[in-house]
Parts: sequence; C-alpha cells; structure tokens
Amino acid sequence: MRGPLHDTISRATSHAMYTICIVFTVFILTVLALVTGYLVYLGFSSISLSFSTEDPTGNPASPGGMRNALIGTGILVGLASLIGVPMGILTGVYLSEYDADSWLAGPVRFVCDVLAGVPSIVVGILGYELLVVPMGRFNGWAGALALAFIMVPIIARTTEEMLRLVPNSYREASLGTGASKARTIFTVVLPAAMGSTITGIMLAIARVAGETAPLLFTALGSRYLTTNPNEPFPSLTVQIYKYATGPSPEEKRLAWAGILILISLIFVLNLSVRIISRKMHTKAE
Amino acid sequence: MSTLSIPRPEPVAQQSAPPAAYVHPELAGERHVLHVRGFSLHYGKKQALFDVSLDVPERKVTALIGPSGCGKSTLLRSINRLNDTIAGVRVAGAIDYQGRNVYDRSTDVINLRKRIGMVFQKHNPFPMSIFENAVYALRIAGERNKRTLADAAERALRATALWNETKDRLHGSALALSGGQQQRLCIARAIAPEPEILLMDEPCSALDPIATAKVEELILDLRAKYSVAIVTHNMQQAARVSDFTAFMYLGRLVEYGPTGTIFQTPKRGQTEEYICGRFG
Repeated sequence: MRGPLHDTISRATSHAMYTICIVFTVFILTVLALVTGYLVYLGFSSISLSFSTEDPTGNPASPGGMRNALIGTGILVGLASLIGVPMGILTGVYLSEYDADSWLAGPVRFVCDVLAGVPSIVVGILGYELLVVPMGRFNGWAGALALAFIMVPIIARTTEEMLRLVPNSYREASLGTGASKARTIFTVVLPAAMGSTITGIMLAIARVAGETAPLLFTALGSRYLTTNPNEPFPSLTVQIYKYATGPSPEEKRLAWAGILILISLIFVLNLSVRIISRKMHTKAE
Repeated sequence: MSTLSIPRPEPVAQQSAPPAAYVHPELAGERHVLHVRGFSLHYGKKQALFDVSLDVPERKVTALIGPSGCGKSTLLRSINRLNDTIAGVRVAGAIDYQGRNVYDRSTDVINLRKRIGMVFQKHNPFPMSIFENAVYALRIAGERNKRTLADAAERALRATALWNETKDRLHGSALALSGGQQQRLCIARAIAPEPEILLMDEPCSALDPIATAKVEELILDLRAKYSVAIVTHNMQQAARVSDFTAFMYLGRLVEYGPTGTIFQTPKRGQTEEYICGRFG
C-alpha cells in the first residue's frame, strides 16, 4: 500500500498518537494540580502560628496546635537517622567494597531489596511484638527503631550503587601508595561518593518522615509535649491520622494544616536533592 | 605499518618449548633491586605470564615493551601485588625484593606498596586539594607534623616541576589541573614517600605530546633517586627514556638488554620484527 494514501494515513496516525499523549498528560497534570491546589487551600486556611506554638488541648472545639507532634517527628526521625544512617552506609560499603561476590553479599543484597519493599504496617507490628511488648508500654525508642528498620535497606542499596560508580582508578591509586583497604574506602572512595550518598539519605528521611503505620504500633502518639522516648511519643503523621478520622471539624482542619506541612517538608527535601544533584553534575564536568 | 607479515607463532602441538629469554650480559654487571624469578600468572583459566625471569637494575630506567596483551602491565602490577585486587588471579614463582619473596605469606603488602610507588595510565588524582594529593601517602603513614608535610609536598612538587605552577593554589582542587599536570601530580604523589622503586604503567598514553615531553624529562631526572620500571607502547619513548629494555611477547620474556643494543642489534628475530614495526 504505497503512495500518497499511505503517507496520509501514516501522518494522520502520528498526529492522533501525539494528540492522545498530550491529552492524557494534560489530564493528569490537571488532576494533580487540582488535588494539590485543594490540599494547599484547605491547609493554608487552617494554618496559623498557633499550629507550631501550641500543644493539643484535647478539646474538640478548639484543639490548639501541633507543636508536640512537630517536635516529636523531628526527634523520631533524628533518632532513626542516628541508628539507621551509619548502619545503612556500612552495609552499603560492605556490599560494594568487600567481597562483592561473596556468598554473604548475594543474600544480603536480596534481603535489602525485599525489606525495602515491605509494607510499613508489617514493620509496625514487628516493632510492637519485639520492642513494645517486652518494655510493657508504647515508647519512642520502638518508634525510632521501626523507622530505622525502614531506612537501613534503602540507604544500604543507594550507598552500594553510588560506591560502585566511583572509578576503580581511585581505589588503585590509593592502594598503590600503601593505604589499607579500610583507609582507601573511608578517605577516598566514600568521600568521592558522598554527594550522591547524601541525596540517598535525604530521600530515605523524606520517606520515613511520612510514615504512619509503623508509629501507630510502636510510639502510639501522645497529646503531650515530651522528649522522653521511654513514653508514648507524638508524631505529625499519627496526629494527622487521629484528627482526620475523628468527628470534630475543628480537629479536621488542623489535620489539613498538618498535611500541608508534611507535604511541604517532603517537597523541600526532594527539591534540595535535585539541587544538590545538579550542583554535583556541573562540578564533575 | 604493514600488517601483511605478522609472524604467527606455530601451533603449540607442533612446537617444542619456546626458546628461553635472551638476557644480554651487560645486565649481569648491574646492581639489582628486584628479582623476578620464574614468575607465572593465571587470570582464572587463562595464563598471562609464563615463567618470566627478570632483574630490575638499581637507579636505572627499565622499559617493558611488547604488543598489546603480552603481559607487560600484568608483570608490572604483580611487583607491588596490585593484582591481588583482581578475583581469580593465581601466581607461581617468586619476586624477590630486599631478600624476601613479595608473595610470601608473611609479606606486609601495605609496607611493600609504601616502598614501591606506582603511576597509572590514566591520571587519577584524588578529588581533593593538590596539597592533600601530594601528602596522601605520608598522612596514611601517620605523619601529622604540618611542617614535615609541607616540606614533603614542596619537595615532591618541585621534583615534578609542578611547584611554580601550583604553589599559589595548593589547596585548590587537583581536578582543576590540566591532564599533564594531573599526571605529574600523580607522580609527585607516588614519590612523596620516597619509595625505592617507581612503577609506571604507560604514564604518557593519555597525554598530549608536550605534556608527554615534560613527563619524559621528569623520568630521566627521577633516575637519580629511584629505580624506575616503565611499561610503554611507544617504542620511541622507550628508546628516549630507558637504559634497559625488556621485550615481551605472549606472556614470555623474549629479550632483555641495554636499550641501545635492543634497538640496534637485537639478538632474537621476534624482537627485531617488533622493533621494525612488523607487528604489534
């Protein structure tokens, strides 16, 4: 079927395909924009300074603020990072630098991949059985450890991938001057991969800051401002959950404000990751 | 360069063992700093070095030449045991340095590499400042004294003719230097801890002719203090820079002698054919 008819049909098909792609893209972007706009509008109208300066009052009619939850999430994520980041990085170092093909590395890698995809509610229940029950009550440590459990596989795999990208010539140059393997890794290879590793860590933090299910079963949540991880511990996500599913419209409005803050936090973290990545790429050139 | 008359080695089944390497008598008169004795190496199932014996003279430049895949880089990297990092490598024979086999179980590889420095084909300064690159080897040896480090850095950078170009930006990134400067920095990094032997694996192959000339000049100067073994693809470079030349082919040492003799009156036919550009 050669000839002008063929060409016309061919061109028409191209145009049609192109139009369909555009239509779908516009559709999705519109939906996203509407949803985000709605969220921002709802959250914005509920946000006020008292959100971050007052603690919950327990009074459904005037619920106060979410200061304790903001601080609580900060502390939980901080503790989780203190535990999860070194463990993740060292695991990544092992997978990439030491016996990359050893009998242990394969299973470890597989386990990391599986754990990275485990539903967070499973982590929560695990945390309940292993950390809450022995201690006798819900506590902040359990919450932090559950979050760390989620962070470690993500950071380990990212670190491993980034370390593999460091050219072998650096390792050889360092070994050639008589550095030990550990020295080589920690003074040359890891710093060379540091920028990308940091972005990996930031993404893991963004992921974990928005987790609710693990905290429901471990830290439980609290109406009070507390910095003692031995007690039930407040967090932004759990607080939002409680307010959003409760009956009080005032509390629901606070939940919207909390959601806005959470989304903004994740947005800022992701944006920082992008900026850092771009800076690293231009520096490398 | 004609490729029509590439000499094909006879199939193994029909051939008796290849003739032993010819080592010119002038080498016996030299003091030697390293002895390779009957050294063989396998990468997994493939044998890369066959019973190589070679003595590296002290305070001279020894070039290893030969076509691609002849094993010269493999031999060089075996000297400071850098081949240990490759999985599946098996060695036989010995490399004697300071009276002991480098492949002994009791050898401290870290220490060995402090006394045998290495420069690689592609310049690979660390992503740190010029100063940190220069003193890296000293820092890992535990040196903390700022004065000592500064002096060592200056000495190494002067020796590689980098001092004047970099003294005002010692703490700037090493990656901002040109290719030739980076390679000279790598040489400075290698000589800063004052090793006894310097191994150079095709150090100029990634450089432009002017940078190459500078590095070659440097190699001739380095002879005063270090014993240099240099692998090179470039025969003219070997002729310019080295005192002794070893020709290798298919994992075997074919001929080894003073550079002038190898290039003008080689004893082995294969050497002559390689030199005349008939293969490789």
